[in-house]
Amino acid sequence: MPATGIGAPVRRKEDHRFLTGRGHYTDDINRAGQSYAYFVRSPHAHAAIKRVDTSRARAMPGVLAVLTGEEFANDKIGSLVCGWMINSKDGSAMKMAPHPAIARGKVNHVGDAVGVVVAETLAQAMDAAEKLAVDYDVLPAVVDPAKAQMPSAPQIHEIAPSNTIYDWQIGDATTVEAVFRNANHVVKLDIVNNRLVPNAIEPRAAIAEYDSGTQTLTLWNTTQNPHVARLVISAFVGIAPEHKLRVIAADVGGGFGSKIFIYPEEVVCLWAARRIGRPVKWVSGRSEAFLADAHGRDHVTHAEMALDGEHRITGLRVKTVANLGAYMSTFSSSIPTYLYATLLSGQYAIPAIHCEVNAVYTNTVPVDAYRGAGRPEATFVVERLVEVAARELGVDVADLRRKNFITRFPHQTPVIMNYDAGDYAASLDRALELADYGGFEGRKRESSRRGKLRGIGFSTYIEACGIAPSQAAGSLGCGVGLWESAEVRVNPTGSVEVLTGCHQHGQGHETTFAQVVSDRLGIPIENVSIVHGDTDKVQFGMGTYGSRSGAVGISAIVKALDKIEAKAKRVAAHVLEAAEGDIVLKDGNFTVSGTDKSAAWGDVALQAYIAHKFGGGELEPGLKEGAFYDPTNFTFPAGCHICEIEVDPQTGESEIVAWTAVDDFGTVVNPLIVEGQVHGGIVQGVGQALFEGAVYDRDGQLLTGSLMDYCLPRAHNVPALKVDMTTTKCPSNPLGIKGCGEAGAIAAPAAVINALTHAIGTEELTMPATAQNVWLALQKSAHLHKAA
Amino acid sequence: MYAFSPHRPTTLRQAANLLAKQEEAKLVAGGHTLIPTMKLRLAGPKHLIDLSRIEGLRDIEVTGRSLIIGAMTTHAEVSISPVARESIPALAELAEKIGDPAVRHRGTIGGSIANNDPNADYPAAVLGLGATVITNKRRIHANEFFKGLFETALAPDEIITKVQFPKVNKAGYVKFPNPASRYALVGVFVSKRGSEIRVAVTGAGANGVFRMRAFEEALKKRFAPKSLEGLSAPAEGMASDIHGSAEYRAHLIGVLARRAVAAAIA
Repeated sequence: MPATGIGAPVRRKEDHRFLTGRGHYTDDINRAGQSYAYFVRSPHAHAAIKRVDTSRARAMPGVLAVLTGEEFANDKIGSLVCGWMINSKDGSAMKMAPHPAIARGKVNHVGDAVGVVVAETLAQAMDAAEKLAVDYDVLPAVVDPAKAQMPSAPQIHEIAPSNTIYDWQIGDATTVEAVFRNANHVVKLDIVNNRLVPNAIEPRAAIAEYDSGTQTLTLWNTTQNPHVARLVISAFVGIAPEHKLRVIAADVGGGFGSKIFIYPEEVVCLWAARRIGRPVKWVSGRSEAFLADAHGRDHVTHAEMALDGEHRITGLRVKTVANLGAYMSTFSSSIPTYLYATLLSGQYAIPAIHCEVNAVYTNTVPVDAYRGAGRPEATFVVERLVEVAARELGVDVADLRRKNFITRFPHQTPVIMNYDAGDYAASLDRALELADYGGFEGRKRESSRRGKLRGIGFSTYIEACGIAPSQAAGSLGCGVGLWESAEVRVNPTGSVEVLTGCHQHGQGHETTFAQVVSDRLGIPIENVSIVHGDTDKVQFGMGTYGSRSGAVGISAIVKALDKIEAKAKRVAAHVLEAAEGDIVLKDGNFTVSGTDKSAAWGDVALQAYIAHKFGGGELEPGLKEGAFYDPTNFTFPAGCHICEIEVDPQTGESEIVAWTAVDDFGTVVNPLIVEGQVHGGIVQGVGQALFEGAVYDRDGQLLTGSLMDYCLPRAHNVPALKVDMTTTKCPSNPLGIKGCGEAGAIAAPAAVINALTHAIGTEELTMPATAQNVWLALQKSAHLHKAA
Repeated sequence: MYAFSPHRPTTLRQAANLLAKQEEAKLVAGGHTLIPTMKLRLAGPKHLIDLSRIEGLRDIEVTGRSLIIGAMTTHAEVSISPVARESIPALAELAEKIGDPAVRHRGTIGGSIANNDPNADYPAAVLGLGATVITNKRRIHANEFFKGLFETALAPDEIITKVQFPKVNKAGYVKFPNPASRYALVGVFVSKRGSEIRVAVTGAGANGVFRMRAFEEALKKRFAPKSLEGLSAPAEGMASDIHGSAEYRAHLIGVLARRAVAAAIA
C-alpha cells in the first residue's frame, strides 16, 4: 500500500470539509435554549475595584444574569493555576498568585474580566454590559520586564515582592566564570525577544451546557488538549467532578499554543450555565483576543559567548528576564526555563553553560507557550552570538559553526539535554549548496548596482520535541505526565477507528495517523478514521503542542497496532487452522508461511467478532487494543536555514529574496504536510523578525490592539521557499520520528536578523526589524562612522 | 453594532432630505470605514442613508480637459477604467493600490474624500491634481476642501456627486504603506500642468493632507528628481505614532517625492 503508507505525500483527508464550509467549529454548534455571554473587561492596566453596581445592567432587556467576582467567590469556584512548579536558586517555590476567572478587588491588566453578562442575544448582552458600572481606583502600572523588579515599580501581587515569580538558574556558574576568565574572545549581546500576539484564524470560543437530570456539564471548547482542560477545571477550579464533565473540542482552527491553556472564559461559561440552567455560548472577537489570549515570548536578555584561540566555543553565560504578564498562565513557568535554557547549547559542543532566568509579573496579558515556546528564544540567543562571533573574528559564519558542531552521539550538554542523533554538517552542506552560498558576493554586487544592500544570515537551530519522559518532566516540576494514549478499534467489517489523545487543529492527523495504520495493516486509508477531541470517546490524552503528535502520539498508535496485529494473528491462526507463529500479515492478507492458505484482513476481523472459529476459553472475541506510550527521551529535530535579504537604505524597507531550509525531522510520514508545517513556521518566524510586536504604552494600554496596528506577515513578504531534508532517525521511538511543527518558527528569526545585520553592517537592531527600525539603525551607524 | 434604521433613497434630493431631516444620520457609500467602526460600537448613527441606489453617481467620463469621476465609483472601477488610465494614469494606479481587494471593490472615491482619513490615498490625488469636488450644492476646489483630520468643507447636509480632475502633463504617486493597515504611512502625489506644479502629501501630516510648497518651488526650475536632491520636509508638524516617528515620516516625504517625480516622467 505504498500510495498511502508512511512517506507518501497523501493529500489531507480533512481539507475537503474545511474548504467547503462543512467543518464543525465551536461557533458552528448551537444548543437548544442557548444564551450568550459577553465579558466586561478592565480598561485599566492596574486598578483597585472600589465598587461594582450591576443593578442597571440587570434591568436591561433580555438579561439572564450579571455575574461578578463577588458571586464567583461566593460560589467558592477555585483559581486558575499554573501546572509546572519552578523553584528559585534558593530553593523557594515560585510565587503563584491567585488567578480568579473574574477579578475581585483588583484588576491587573487591560482586558482582565470584571464581570460577565448573559442574555438572550449577544446584542442584548453587549447593551447590558455597557450599563455595568465599575468604579476603579487607578494604580501605577509596570509593563516592561526590565523595569518590573525596580524598587519604583508597583507591586502587582502580594505574594511576589519585586514582582519576581522566581529567580532560577541552570548550569555551573563557577566553571563558566573560569572559562570566561581564560577566553581569547568574548562576544556580548543585549537581546530583546519581542512579545507576540498569537492569531489563530478561529478565535477562541466556548459553549457550556448543564444537564440537571444527570448533573453533567458539557463544554464545547477551542482547546488543544480537552483532557487536560477537564482535569484542571475539575481538580483545581472545582467546577464539576471529572466524571461529570465532558469536554469536546471538535474542529479547531489553529492554536499555535494559544489554545493549550485553561482560560477564564470557559470556566465562567460552565459556572454560568449551571447557575442559570441554560446553555451559555461565548465567542471571542478578534480585538478581544488581543486582550484575552495568552501572548508569547517577551524576554530581555544579556548573553555572552566565550571562545578560545582556535575559535572553539568554550562557554555561554546568559541572563534573562522573562515577562509572564499579570497572572501565571497554565504552563507559563516552564517556557523560559526548561523549554529555553536547556536548548542553549544549540548544535554546538559547548563545555560550560550557565543561565539565570528571572520571571516577573507585569500589568500585561499573561504570556505562555507560542509556536516554539522557549526554543525560538534560545535559538535566537545562540545563533546571534555565533554569527556575531564569526564577524568579530573575521571568519566565515559557516566555518565557525562547522568547527563547533557536535559530531558524536549521544551527546550530553551541560544543560540537561542528551542529544540522541543528528548530522548537523549534512544539513549545513546541503543548505550551502541550495542557497548557492558561493555566489553571494556576486549577487551582492548586483544588488548594489540597484542601490540595495544585501545580506545573508544563518540559523543552525536545534529544538527538543515530544516533551517527556514523564518521569523526567515530573522531576523538573511538571504537574502532569507527558505520555500519549491510543486505542485502535477494528470493526467487524475490518474498517478501523483510532482514538488518540492528541488533538488536531491544523496538523492533518486525520491523514498522517491514518497513513500509519494503512501502512501497517495494509488496508485502504479510506477505511481508517481518526477520533479525537472528546473526553467521552477518548479515555485520556495530553493533547497536541510542542511538536509531540508524531513522536509521541503516533508512537502510541504503533504500540496499539503491535497488539492488534498480535491478536489478529491469533484469530487468523484459528481461521486458517495453522500455528500462530506461521501467520504472516502482508498487504492486508494473512498467509500461512510455506502454504497457499490465506485470509483477507476483513475476514479475520469478522471472525474476531462472530467468534465461530475459536472457543471463549481459548481466545477473547473482539479486536480492540489500547496503549500508553511514554517516551524515553526528548527528540531533537535540527537543521540549517539560510535567509538572504535586500534592504533599501533610503527607506529601511527589507525584502527577503531567498530562503533555504534543510531540516532533519527523522522519519517523515507525509512530506506534503511536513513541508507545509515548515512553510508556516518560517512565515511566523519572519513575522516575529520583521513585523510583529505587541506594544504597550507606559500606562499599560495595548497600542497594537488589532490587526490594523499589529502586523502579521503576508504572502508577499516571503519568496518561494527552498525546502529540503536530511535524515537521521530518532533512535528512541518506533518509527524514528522527531517532529516538525515548530522548526520554522524556531529557526527563522535568527536567520532574518543575521541577514539584516549583515546587510546593514551594524548589530544594533531590535525585532521587529520594521523599515523604521532598520532606517534608524542605518542612521545611527552612519553617525558613528562619521564620528569615527 | 447598535440598532439603526436603514434608508435607500433613489434620488439625490431624497438623500439630502433624509440627511437634513433625520437626527444622527450618516451617509454610507462603500461603508469600508463606517461599517467596521459601527461594528466596534465606536459609531452609532440612528439612521444610515445608503447612496448605492442613486442613479448617475458612478460614471467615469472625459469632458474637455477634465476627467470626471462619479462619487460612488469604486476604487476597482477607477483602476481598470480605460478612460481614467488614458487621461490620468497615476490616478488609476493610485486606485489600484488602495487597501485590499475587498476595500477596492466596495470603497468609493466620494466616501474616501468625504471621510478625509489623514492616511487615505485619494486626498493626495485630489489635492495633488488640483481637483474640484462637486456636490449637490456647489463646487469646492481641492485647496479649500480638506480642513484637517477627518474634517472637510462639506456642510452637514451636503453630498459629493462627482470629482473633476484636470488633465495634467505629468503625474506620479508613490506611497509607503503602513505594513499592518496598508494605509499610507506617507504618500506623495506630484503633478505638472503647464507651469503649475503640485506636491501633495498624505499620511505624514499631523493635520492631514498638505502641499509641500518648497518642493513645488524646486520642481518649477526643472521637473526632475534631481531638483529635490538633498531636500527634506521638516519633522515639525508631522504625525508620530508607533509605526513612524515624525522624523521618519519627514524623511520619507523627500524619498517618496523624488520617486514620484521619477514615476511621473518615466
